[in-house]
Amino acid sequence: MSGIYEEDAHRTVERVARESYGRLVAYLSANTHDVAAAEDALSEALLKALKVWPQDGLPQIPEAWLLTAARNSIIDLIRHQHVVSESEPTLLSLTKESTEMNVSTEFPDERLKLLFVCAHPSIDPAMHTPLMLQTVLGLDAARIAGAFLISPKTMGQRLVRAKIKIRDGGIRFEIPEQSDLSTRLEAVLEAIYGAFGIGWDDMAGIDQRGRDLAEEAIWLARVLLQFIPDEPEALGLLALMLYCESRRAARRGLDRDYIPLSEQDTQQWLSPLIAEAEQHLTVAFQCRRPGRFQLEAAIQSVHSERSQSGRTDWTAIVAFYQQLIRISPTLGRLTGYAAALAEATGPQAGVAVLDRLEPEAVSCYQPYWAVRAHLLQCQGKTSEALEAYDRAIGLAEDPAVRRFLLRKRG
Amino acid sequence: MQFALMIYHTPEEFAMRKNDYSDPHLGAWRAYYKALVEAKVYVSGDALEVAETATTVRLRDGKRRVQDGPYADTKEQLAGIIVLELPSIDAALDWAARCPGASLGAVEIRPLAPEAKRRGFTG
Repeated sequence: MSGIYEEDAHRTVERVARESYGRLVAYLSANTHDVAAAEDALSEALLKALKVWPQDGLPQIPEAWLLTAARNSIIDLIRHQHVVSESEPTLLSLTKESTEMNVSTEFPDERLKLLFVCAHPSIDPAMHTPLMLQTVLGLDAARIAGAFLISPKTMGQRLVRAKIKIRDGGIRFEIPEQSDLSTRLEAVLEAIYGAFGIGWDDMAGIDQRGRDLAEEAIWLARVLLQFIPDEPEALGLLALMLYCESRRAARRGLDRDYIPLSEQDTQQWLSPLIAEAEQHLTVAFQCRRPGRFQLEAAIQSVHSERSQSGRTDWTAIVAFYQQLIRISPTLGRLTGYAAALAEATGPQAGVAVLDRLEPEAVSCYQPYWAVRAHLLQCQGKTSEALEAYDRAIGLAEDPAVRRFLLRKRG
Repeated sequence: MQFALMIYHTPEEFAMRKNDYSDPHLGAWRAYYKALVEAKVYVSGDALEVAETATTVRLRDGKRRVQDGPYADTKEQLAGIIVLELPSIDAALDWAARCPGASLGAVEIRPLAPEAKRRGFTG
């Protein structure tokens, strides 16, 4: 039909796909547990929409139209598989729903269950984030693979295996029992943070590789908060990501040069994001149930205050790191603590913390060597500093960070 | 498990080799090599001369066909090989990503084939 109409249909399909993909997949797989089949059915429905909508006009509720089309294609699929006896209950429930439920009725949002399924303890933790990105946001395997530095084929295979496990492994689509809830929620939060991937980034130590999925991670956190708006750690996670996101532009200079946090122009920080982060963190702290994400967000909050006060309260940061280390003394936290302690009380104290870490454990940990090099340079221990700089440069992945460290090394 | 990192350079990268000793690009390579050795993963490695110096030989019908130039005429050319001892392909990917050659040209990773070697292939 008319070109304008077609363009309209395209745009509507795109919009519905982006906004409702996860809702539709979650709803379609909640009964069958077959996420892959739900995704296939939905993409078939989206293709069908591109063909039918320009001819027949846009349906009143595009989302409901897609749901019906996808559900019918799942029913067809099950019928074709000749396993009707086994799937009888599923088939019955699907058919019943599709005939009884008025397509214009709101269908329940099952995405929280889907998030819990993706981060289920029986699924390889390395696959939690990729699964969420695919099933809830509809990202394709190639895009996810790029962010995780593995081949699209391998990522595709791992996703398929994980979905088979979801279908056949007796993983229930449900909100976990109260007794399990906090551990299960932690896994969901970890997986969302896994997509964000900036980590701790002062003094040119990059904790994780840039995943380039920051917006998607923030979106997932917002989805999660729709269901559990008062959960302090979920609020802490969103705040943490917003603080980091607020400095994205300031992190790069001319020629995409790396600019460490301490040298960033605070004028370039996005104050609306900082304000939103502060709001979430305040609500979280009022619950008086501190946790890892709230503490990490608190550290970023102190850094953000520099845009108002012009200075950084390193003593406060040291105290937050001490609490984080009490929760679990990871390499990243100990390294961050050493850097903060050095700022608060002098380089010697920082080096002393670094000296206590296992040589084996730090041998390939880039931030350790970046902080060590900086602190030794501050102490005037030139030859030791040069050695540490070389290690930090050799372990750096980001060419801009490498250039920055090479300049500092001199 | 051993992996070969095959480093492919652009012509610009080949040209950078002649730069002054204080050049950041060369500094990055020195630091990368040092990090490999310090992490105790380095097995062996060597750099190759520019592709213009290559000669390719084929024997067809008992006759030598000698071609002046590299096997494949591509913009990026093999510039060196590094062999690493690593626990997994994931570790190999990490080291390839840290390689200064990855940000300009490309780094191809392949496991060594110990079985082929055992059967008498010593190439």
